[in-house]
Amino acid sequence: MDERPLRLITNSPLELLARTIEALLVVASAPLSVDELAEAADDGAARIEAALRLLAERYSEGRSGIVLEYVAGGYGLRASREAAPACARLFERPAQRSLSQAALETLAIVAYLGPCSRPEITRIRGVAAEATVANLLERGLIAEAGRDDGPGGAIRYCVTQLFERVFGIASLAELPRLDDLGGDVEQIRERLHAVAEQRGA
Amino acid sequence: MRVAELELDLEAFEGPFDLLLTLVLKEEIDLAEVDVAGIVLAFVETLRNRARSGAAEGELGEGDLEASGEFLVLVSALLELKARLLFDDEAAELAELEPEEAAEELARRLAEYRRMKEASAWLSSRLEQERDRYFRLGPAPLRPVRERPIEAQDPTALAAALRELAVPPKTVSLAHMSLRYPPLEQFVERFRSLLRRRSRFDFEDELGELSRVEQAIAFLALLELGRLGEIAINQAAPFAPIRVERQRKERNSEWTNARSA
Repeated sequence: MDERPLRLITNSPLELLARTIEALLVVASAPLSVDELAEAADDGAARIEAALRLLAERYSEGRSGIVLEYVAGGYGLRASREAAPACARLFERPAQRSLSQAALETLAIVAYLGPCSRPEITRIRGVAAEATVANLLERGLIAEAGRDDGPGGAIRYCVTQLFERVFGIASLAELPRLDDLGGDVEQIRERLHAVAEQRGA
Repeated sequence: MRVAELELDLEAFEGPFDLLLTLVLKEEIDLAEVDVAGIVLAFVETLRNRARSGAAEGELGEGDLEASGEFLVLVSALLELKARLLFDDEAAELAELEPEEAAEELARRLAEYRRMKEASAWLSSRLEQERDRYFRLGPAPLRPVRERPIEAQDPTALAAALRELAVPPKTVSLAHMSLRYPPLEQFVERFRSLLRRRSRFDFEDELGELSRVEQAIAFLALLELGRLGEIAINQAAPFAPIRVERQRKERNSEWTNARSA
């Protein structure tokens, strides 16, 4: 009998720590930060990171059905992409199922400008936002985050950790820069100004 | 379908939507006379006709959604302009909206909306890329951190502590606010001369007996030199020694200087 695979299983302290982290990640329903893992495993951050590197190698695409990834500000396990069709036969994903154009625009506004209120979303999109905001809240992609200043201030919203997980980003910093978007904006502005100037002349 | 091409047949105006917009901005048509609701009805009617003749019944195409978004922004801008014109005695500065300002306002709104629309397109493609993501969701609430009960306390101890707090605080001395520190240039020169002798040094080694303020100024001097491109600043890891190196450019010019001297 081939013994080689067995040799990989060692009882080094780092390996033991890696097993603990494995267990924590399996139980967790949201990504865990290094600090959270350190706290739970009762060990130092540097060693946690070393153990995570060990696990990341073990749980990677093409090697395992479980993939360890850094997403939404923490480490979490997900299914490998190979297993996605099988997962799809068994599970529903209510958060990302058929997100409408309106929902995506609203998400973009909240992701970039959040915390922002419904009136702000309405102002930018030019359409009432009640239904879309309610829908995104229901899906858990946005959450309430305080109120506008002043009496009767409107509720503000921001995107959630689930948003980052669904879109597979480590943090909002991974979104494209707002300055890099809207390439044809200047053209529109020039056109409108040209029209205005014609009248002034 | 393009919003600009929307044909209108209103009492005050007959023609494409973009011409109406132009005329309004040029103030050749009084916005107060324009039936904005009529524009909306015409747009809805056009959409309906397209849906009827289109393949999928009642469904809007990608282009129509885009046009609808743009149309809504434009029409709401028009409505706001109109509202301001109708209530011109309410706020003078709002009533005096010059055509240039109106154009700018429209452009600003369109720009804001366009950016968000592109951002949503990015999100949409990202979602497509990541459609294979399956991960655990759902409640695994974290165990609350158990509160450590404090020992039984003596109320008089609390009273004594409060009594101490009730004493008006001493006047705070502001003597330390007038900080004295050497000028930035002094450190800049010092680092320059150091780098003439050596090609690199560790920042920490040069701090010696400097006070905290002086250390801060020395660091600013380092940043200044970095900004001028005279040095390269490196740090292997957070809190690791800051290594300062002479830039090649500086070396070359020095070499030239030496040769010409």
